[in-house]
Amino acid sequence: MTVQAMTAKEVTKIVFNKEAFFILDVRNVDAFQDWKIEGENFEYLNVPYFDLLDGVEEILDKVPTDKEVLVVCAKEGSSIMVADMLSEAGRSVSYLAGGMKSWSEHLEPVKVGDLKDGGEIYQFVRIGKGCLSYMVVSNGEAAIIDSTRMTDTYLDFANSIGAKITHVFDTHLHADHISGGRVIAEKTNATYWLPPKDATEVTFTYQPLEGGNDVEIGNVKINIHALYSPGHTIGSTSFIVDEKFLLSGDILFIDSIGRPDLAGLAQDWVVDLRESLYKRYRELSEELIVLPAHFMIIDELNEDGSVSEKLGTLFEKNHGLNIADEDEFRRVVTENLPPQPNAYQQIRETNMGKITPDEERQREMEIGPNRCAVR
Amino acid sequence: MDANKVLDAKGLACPMPIVKAKKAINELEGGQVLEVHATDKGAKNDFAAWAKSGGHELIKHEEDDAVLKFWIKKG
Repeated sequence: MTVQAMTAKEVTKIVFNKEAFFILDVRNVDAFQDWKIEGENFEYLNVPYFDLLDGVEEILDKVPTDKEVLVVCAKEGSSIMVADMLSEAGRSVSYLAGGMKSWSEHLEPVKVGDLKDGGEIYQFVRIGKGCLSYMVVSNGEAAIIDSTRMTDTYLDFANSIGAKITHVFDTHLHADHISGGRVIAEKTNATYWLPPKDATEVTFTYQPLEGGNDVEIGNVKINIHALYSPGHTIGSTSFIVDEKFLLSGDILFIDSIGRPDLAGLAQDWVVDLRESLYKRYRELSEELIVLPAHFMIIDELNEDGSVSEKLGTLFEKNHGLNIADEDEFRRVVTENLPPQPNAYQQIRETNMGKITPDEERQREMEIGPNRCAVR
Repeated sequence: MDANKVLDAKGLACPMPIVKAKKAINELEGGQVLEVHATDKGAKNDFAAWAKSGGHELIKHEEDDAVLKFWIKKG
């Protein structure tokens, strides 16, 4: 039987299409329990590769023959070894090319809407880590919001649609992933905008992003309006694009809200978080389509793989927007929080320009899910 | 620390350090110690988990520059 390599892009399609799929994950039990490929109709078997060195006979009856089987490991070496053994035992299986490393780095662009006069907005779904970034395109110009460190993906995409990147934004100083904003701005001569309250320690120059700032993209003037919405960090800023979309950063997600503790001041920022969510957002049109910077669980994906919902619907359904009592709200967002993202302090320092880890170290720092929310 | 055998797995990618370590430890007697040098960063978690699963004991590990060193006592 042959062993096929399957790319992260192909696996993403399977996730989006909610296909049935079987994953044999041969990483350590701890690594698997911490973070794995999520899919609605996925089944899993986790057996570390070092327990299979003498053969795969013991797991053969647990590996189905009636659905596609993907062997997964951290980088790919062990998954190829195990896939070969299964193949010798007569099974037809694939392995994930590049392993969880490439899964963590894959970005899938999905168009989420049309803007006036032919403009478009794209969501880049980082499916393995749950990070969402955006490209607003209008008349040959593009703006990027909350980019990941996989900067070539945005540069190539902009190139492919004939758009020049002129503005790059970060809604806040990220703690879960390394921003590609500064690199993209340097490569394209675009303006790099950051909220100054999050940028007090950064080592590079940037354009201060303040509530009330308006930035226009393209001759047809798609408007990006900044809205100060602190709480996840003290500088967190949202954007309203073309009066239609609310880019909520890490303040509001589909099924959860931002956590206030990643920059160390949970108790202080609870009040800000509440005001952003319960007052400032309340004053906005309920027709706005919310585009967050993360998703937490695969159920939050729409049919086409995108992540979005009407603000009015979130006011009805998102638990974090429906806690009437302020003390209870404080408890929810400061107690029993999920573990903090891997290496989040070093990630923050990297995003400030204080440290410059090499690419391999950057990958390691970003291993695992994003964990920016409280539910 | 005295090892009965030293395995150089530097420059090898996963799964080879463990594959070779398994072979090497098979040639030792119970209670003897295998010392492994590796550069694959994933080796850190893998050696700990492998030793546990195989009934061996990871008695020591240290990082020397970019080289990870492990001492595993055969179970």
